[in-house]
Amino acid sequence: MPLRAKVASSVSRTAAALSRAAGRGDGSVIGGWIGLKIDPDLLAHLAAGRAIALVSGTNGKTTTTRLTAAAVGVLGRVATNSFGANMPTGHTSALAKAGTTPYAVLEVDEHYLAQVLEATEPHVVALLNLSRDQLDRAKEVAMMAQLWRAALVRHPSVRVVANADDPMVVWAATPPALRSNQVEPPAVTWFSAGQRWHDDSWVCPECGSPIERMSDQWWCTGCPLRRPEPQWVVEDDGVVDPAGDWHKVVLQLPGRVNLGNAATALAVAAEFGVRPTDAVSRLGGVASVAGRYAQVVRDGRTVRLLLAKNPASWLEAFDMADMAPTLLSINARDPDGLDTSWLFDVDFAPLRGRQVLITGDRAYDLAVRLDVNGVPFQHVRTFADAVANVPPGRLEVIANYTAFQDIRAELDRVN
Amino acid sequence: MSTEAGYPMPPSSGGESSLRIVWIYPDLLSTYGDRGNMLILARRAELRGMPVETIEVRSDQPLPVSADIYLLGGGEDGPQALGAQRLIADGGLRRAAQQGSVVFGVCAGYQLLGGSFFAKGAKCAGLDLLDLHSDRGPSRAVGELAGAIDPRLGLPPLSGFENHGGRTHLGSGVSPLARVSTGIGNDGATEGAWRGKLLGTYSHGPALARNPALADLLLRWATGAHQLPPLDETWSDRLRAERTAALTASRQ
Repeated sequence: MPLRAKVASSVSRTAAALSRAAGRGDGSVIGGWIGLKIDPDLLAHLAAGRAIALVSGTNGKTTTTRLTAAAVGVLGRVATNSFGANMPTGHTSALAKAGTTPYAVLEVDEHYLAQVLEATEPHVVALLNLSRDQLDRAKEVAMMAQLWRAALVRHPSVRVVANADDPMVVWAATPPALRSNQVEPPAVTWFSAGQRWHDDSWVCPECGSPIERMSDQWWCTGCPLRRPEPQWVVEDDGVVDPAGDWHKVVLQLPGRVNLGNAATALAVAAEFGVRPTDAVSRLGGVASVAGRYAQVVRDGRTVRLLLAKNPASWLEAFDMADMAPTLLSINARDPDGLDTSWLFDVDFAPLRGRQVLITGDRAYDLAVRLDVNGVPFQHVRTFADAVANVPPGRLEVIANYTAFQDIRAELDRVN
Repeated sequence: MSTEAGYPMPPSSGGESSLRIVWIYPDLLSTYGDRGNMLILARRAELRGMPVETIEVRSDQPLPVSADIYLLGGGEDGPQALGAQRLIADGGLRRAAQQGSVVFGVCAGYQLLGGSFFAKGAKCAGLDLLDLHSDRGPSRAVGELAGAIDPRLGLPPLSGFENHGGRTHLGSGVSPLARVSTGIGNDGATEGAWRGKLLGTYSHGPALARNPALADLLLRWATGAHQLPPLDETWSDRLRAERTAALTASRQ
């Protein structure tokens, strides 16, 4: 590593440690920010010599990154940005902090995938899904898929592990020349992780024709784009690998969506030569991810934290949550997106029959939504009020990004 | 959806026994919770004891011409252009509007009610139901949108969120829906447009969630009722008050 990069790396680690010591944060952004100021190529220098996997998509990337890091850990030490700091500053901090490691698994914000591909020259890229998310500032879904596709065309040697169930991902992962002949491009490994949310892929990104769906299949009615045959598939409570062998997966993380994330993690790890039989037991060691799924006992209530940032992830959260009193908390600060319109893209009907409480900066937007949805609810001012208003036992908390962080802070920044 | 309130049913405007609400092309024009407008109209009608039929019409299906209310939502450039093409080819919305049906367009759906709009850098023909045309503005308009509504409509101020790159120029055949006090709307001065029973706004997505009185205006237009029984507006009143307070705070 050049001297400038060494200095930058060292200063970056110090800043991160200071940030943590001062209680200002977990240091996962500030350190990288300072390091990149000193050496703009620091991320490339820190990436050199490591076998790297990037994990990107609208939802599930933090959890999938954590599961993938656990799986690749079979081979040796793995650097990873496990706090969800998923932009180049976060990657720089994570690699600087980890020191020399043979492997790295990095979660990448979908807007930064092209830039991070360029800087880190990864061995494999995992593409999870694309759906509407913070549309007041995020790119439209079709545009995002276009950016991914353009980035992958510039890196033909990178191995791609992609979700066969999401038409936008399949389109992004297969350049036109490869898709027109009938043979699957060898560099793409397809997994099927299921997809509850379909409302961003009714129109073919290639030709604009309607996309039809029947059970787990989908196809364009106007061009050859259709669901590729996946090599990795979730089946019952396990994962089928490309050889057709079924592996039971026992996770501490709830919901079918996390079985899909586990399948993805095994597929990515396999690109490094990890056998699923060796990796599968490590996945069960992951109990919570940056506070997500964490369980905390407070005043006799077992509080479980679920993060849901956009319509697709709310649907998954309802699937994960037990039939128990449920607190919903909504903010619309900068990191959340300032627009709450998406609340009407979520059908809250699965919550009927549970005690529902609502809070957060934008609780009234949610109140109007639940009223129209026919879901009775109770508005509370604070998290403490919510705890006081439910009987002892389980309390499920589903919150969007900053609302989640607010509640996590009240629970002593539980990880 | 269940009927909950025991209000007397207002006289029906036509031969149909239920209020028919059509959501046009949810496969193309549904980006920002646009379903909300259909859900809100249906809910508010049902709470007044009106039977409601909601119909979602995909872009490869013909549009029914005899419905009471037609809803057009927002969309990305490609789907907006495609939606306009298919609506023009279908012809059903023009006939419905001529027969006096209510049409409510939001964002991209508002633009395509006019004579022309821009999508993916190209000028596209609209439905030409409202005397207006849209082009590209110097910057994207993203944020809260508010303003006093045309007093002839007798509604409280508009409250909403906008997210669009277009600017809309009104001809003499339409009236602005509102005068902008916060945000951009059509051009920074006016927002939305209306004529007869056709109304469009840049207040995107579930615009009626924050503007229940506007929802009731559409229901009154559709049913011919001069007044509708009042509903419990606790939560929408609080939401509107909270948004007004937030706008006031951000100006200080």
